[in-house]
Amino acid sequence: MDLVKWARIKSPWVLHLNTGGCNGCDIEVLAALMPRSDVERFGILLQGSPRHADLIVCQGPITKQMRDRVVRIYEQVPEPKFVMAIGSCACTAGVFQGCYNVLGGIDKAIPVDVYVPGCPPNPAAIVDGVMKLLTKLKES
Amino acid sequence: MPKVTIPVGPQHPALKEPINFMVSVDGETIVDADMNLAYSHRGIEKLAESKTYLQNIYLVERICGICSHTHTTCFVQGVEELMGIEVPERGLYIRTLVAELERIHSHLLWTGVAGHEIGFDTLFMYTWRDRELALDLLEMITGNRVNYGINTIGGVRRNIKAGMKDQILKHIGKLEERVQYYTDMATTESTVLLRAEGVGHLPENEARKFCAVGPTARASNIPTDVRKEDPYAAYEELDFELITSDSCDILGRLIVRMQEMVESCKMARQLIENLPSGPIRAPMSREVPAGEVVSRYEAPRGECLYYVKSNGTFYPERLKVRASTYANWPAVVYSLKGYYIADIPLIIAAIDPCMSCTSRVAILDTKDGNERKVLDMDYLRTYGIKWYKEHGRGVRRR
Repeated sequence: MDLVKWARIKSPWVLHLNTGGCNGCDIEVLAALMPRSDVERFGILLQGSPRHADLIVCQGPITKQMRDRVVRIYEQVPEPKFVMAIGSCACTAGVFQGCYNVLGGIDKAIPVDVYVPGCPPNPAAIVDGVMKLLTKLKES
Repeated sequence: MPKVTIPVGPQHPALKEPINFMVSVDGETIVDADMNLAYSHRGIEKLAESKTYLQNIYLVERICGICSHTHTTCFVQGVEELMGIEVPERGLYIRTLVAELERIHSHLLWTGVAGHEIGFDTLFMYTWRDRELALDLLEMITGNRVNYGINTIGGVRRNIKAGMKDQILKHIGKLEERVQYYTDMATTESTVLLRAEGVGHLPENEARKFCAVGPTARASNIPTDVRKEDPYAAYEELDFELITSDSCDILGRLIVRMQEMVESCKMARQLIENLPSGPIRAPMSREVPAGEVVSRYEAPRGECLYYVKSNGTFYPERLKVRASTYANWPAVVYSLKGYYIADIPLIIAAIDPCMSCTSRVAILDTKDGNERKVLDMDYLRTYGIKWYKEHGRGVRRR
């Protein structure tokens, strides 16, 4: 395993992005970073800038207004990049299917690597999703 | 290069309102503030017209992930009034219990975010840790941590089993202890006092003029609370105090929220101890008689308003939502004036708004003419913490 890959698996930096959701998943993602789950002990660190991130954690369906912005943020993340869709809305637009301003799940705008369904998923499920992605990376 | 902003904070008003503050400054002092509301919404109100009343409960629950119980209760209350359903006592008690626990979790969350804005991250971590206690209770009662799905037209969907009572009381005891700790901290901890005292002043007459609601109004000494004025659910039978503060600043808003949590713990205890027996919901038909209704509810952030119009079918003809954050924006614009750029994050955070909405602030320097800088919330927060470190607290404004 080369050094960069090793470092990436040991410490994935995360960008937290709300694309028009209800904030339910946002607070669960934040709760995963808080003392009880404390994912920082696995090296998972929240980043403010997409240019520093390895992994985009998306919540919420894609609204018409957010679409271009999401694509732009995705393009700013350096390669190799990964996307996680957190929550039913991010997977399939969930309860907002049929809203005139909603395009659908995150995969309508950018490619997604891991889907974590649930409304909202438990912090433990979110951590599990990250771990699944890391395992996939290790094997690749 | 356009600056990309990442939402840090959690609260979200009913419709997603990306808000843009145009702040004019003279050096460090804010001279004028203006805001633009543009809607990047999903179209929930329109979608509601094509779903049945029962389906709509689950839709409105997902308007906001933090006060999800607010929206469902406000909605079902209106529909129940249209249908003329009498909700059983036990159902109302469970509904109120979930509402009060939600208030505790929401206020704790806000305290953490406010702590984060002033650079007091220890407080952020502490409150979010203790917030898990409230979430555990909610999970025990409703089965979910965030979107509870407990309300239904005519009552609630899940009962409180006999064995759960002691566990709930034990948890509430723990919460009471922690909440008391934060109440003491808010009035003595110098890190908080330095940044919150005298900042974001909103006098009583101005708060009235701008129709502020919730803790923002109560901190300006306006005794307004739907739970007292127009009691719904089980509030009429509860013994609690309406908390106000006459300091009219951010410290006041902090203290009001802290003491409200103490009151909420008290109420939760009363609700569990006096839980009546009997059914938890009344039978309902799927058809709602024609008519229109306005329903009020005291959300953690203030008064939430629902308007439901029925035309006698399975589907509502019109659903209108006015969430509490929306009512508080004009007050924010007023309280920004005369303070420093370094105070912007805290003053905006003080009404407990949707942070993702307020991520963009444009600064207009009146001295240099029309120079415009777009700053994001993260930058402003760091700037504020640094500025106060350099200038100390001798500087007071207005």
